Amino acid sequence: MAVTALALVRLRNLFAVVMLAGMFSLLAAVLYVVLDAVDVAFTEAAVGAGIATVLMLSTLALTTSEEKISEAGKPVWALVLVVVTGAVLIYGTLDMPPFGDPFAPIHHHVAPRYLESSGQEVGLPNVVTSILASYRGYDTLGEVFVIFTAACGVLLIIGRPKRGRRRTLRMVVGEMRHGMRQNVILRVVSKLLIPFILVFALYVQWHGDFGPGGGFQAGVIFASGFILYALIFDIDTSRMVVPSWALRLVLALGVLLYAGVGVAGMSRGGNFLNYSVLAEEQIAGQHLGILLIEFGVGLTVAAAMIIIFFTFSRQER
Amino acid sequence: MALLADIASWACLIAGSLFALIGAVGIIRLPDVFTRMHGAGIVDTLGMGLILAGLMIHEGFTLVTVKLVLIVVFIFFASPTTTHALARAALNGGLKPLVDGKNAPSAEPGERTGGPSKT
Repeated sequence: MAVTALALVRLRNLFAVVMLAGMFSLLAAVLYVVLDAVDVAFTEAAVGAGIATVLMLSTLALTTSEEKISEAGKPVWALVLVVVTGAVLIYGTLDMPPFGDPFAPIHHHVAPRYLESSGQEVGLPNVVTSILASYRGYDTLGEVFVIFTAACGVLLIIGRPKRGRRRTLRMVVGEMRHGMRQNVILRVVSKLLIPFILVFALYVQWHGDFGPGGGFQAGVIFASGFILYALIFDIDTSRMVVPSWALRLVLALGVLLYAGVGVAGMSRGGNFLNYSVLAEEQIAGQHLGILLIEFGVGLTVAAAMIIIFFTFSRQER
Repeated sequence: MALLADIASWACLIAGSLFALIGAVGIIRLPDVFTRMHGAGIVDTLGMGLILAGLMIHEGFTLVTVKLVLIVVFIFFASPTTTHALARAALNGGLKPLVDGKNAPSAEPGERTGGPSKT
């Protein structure tokens, strides 16, 4: 990974840099699997090696493909500062407990409580989901807001392109008969694969309670299905399939669902984001709450990725 | 019987890794973009197929095997298609395949081939 990072910095061909960034994410995902953190590996592979590479490639289509040499001289002071900070950080880690030490302080306060009582309090086989969605649900709400804000930022900055006349469905279909005939293989195979990709995204979404999965990965996979459609067929056709108002509605709906579950918990007598009061039994309430908020996360992540990709690719014209 | 399954699965795993290595060497050492794609195809289909077959033999008839079969089917569909898309994109970009040494990289400065680049 260090070699990849070094090559990333030194190369000037931006296309190769994007590919190396995808490789770096893939290596990180493999590392996480080796460390037994399968949920994190899933998310890293889907987001880092998948969507981020696609989005960076679509950004590359808007800019040059070679990095410009900077006109200023070599920044020596910046190098000194970075080396000093790095040395101080490494010196700080010398005091930390050895890797995987069971007597380390972090394993003695909150982690045992989560691991031991997650079975009775939340009742899900996947402890990662129960921590992410129930014990630390507030942090996950913050993450969803971050994704929402990122999509809003892209829309605000790049948002309205210069549009020609609006293309009706008849015009697009007419073009398809002329232009797309050559890509028969790609068209047929993608039409075969896209339903399975979407079904797999739904599977990952609802299976997050029992195995690796959950809202983030499912949203990314769902978005990748639509991005595949937009790559093979025209971007205008895909905008007709998924109009912008629907995407923005879904983007906001996901966050609204998540926060709404929290407020519903308040309205029934508990704290904000307390799922236990949502149903008669505590475990049923927790399951219902986690189900709803993971769905909200999936909605927002999928809509955000599709919005960012569509906005980038519309700029090209 | 269990020993036989073990041997078979290990043989498949080792063979799959060998093919992946051969494919990787091919990607680096072959002269042309289009021939390098052959190497990439070997890694994806043969290497991945054999490794997953080895894992399937190891698991027996469980739900995990069904999921592995689905993965193999998906990659058998997706990998040749991506190689095809890559080749089509290369052709559209103006790269010509290396044919009998006629379109060698040092032939004409104007004509771009898929030979090794000089970066």
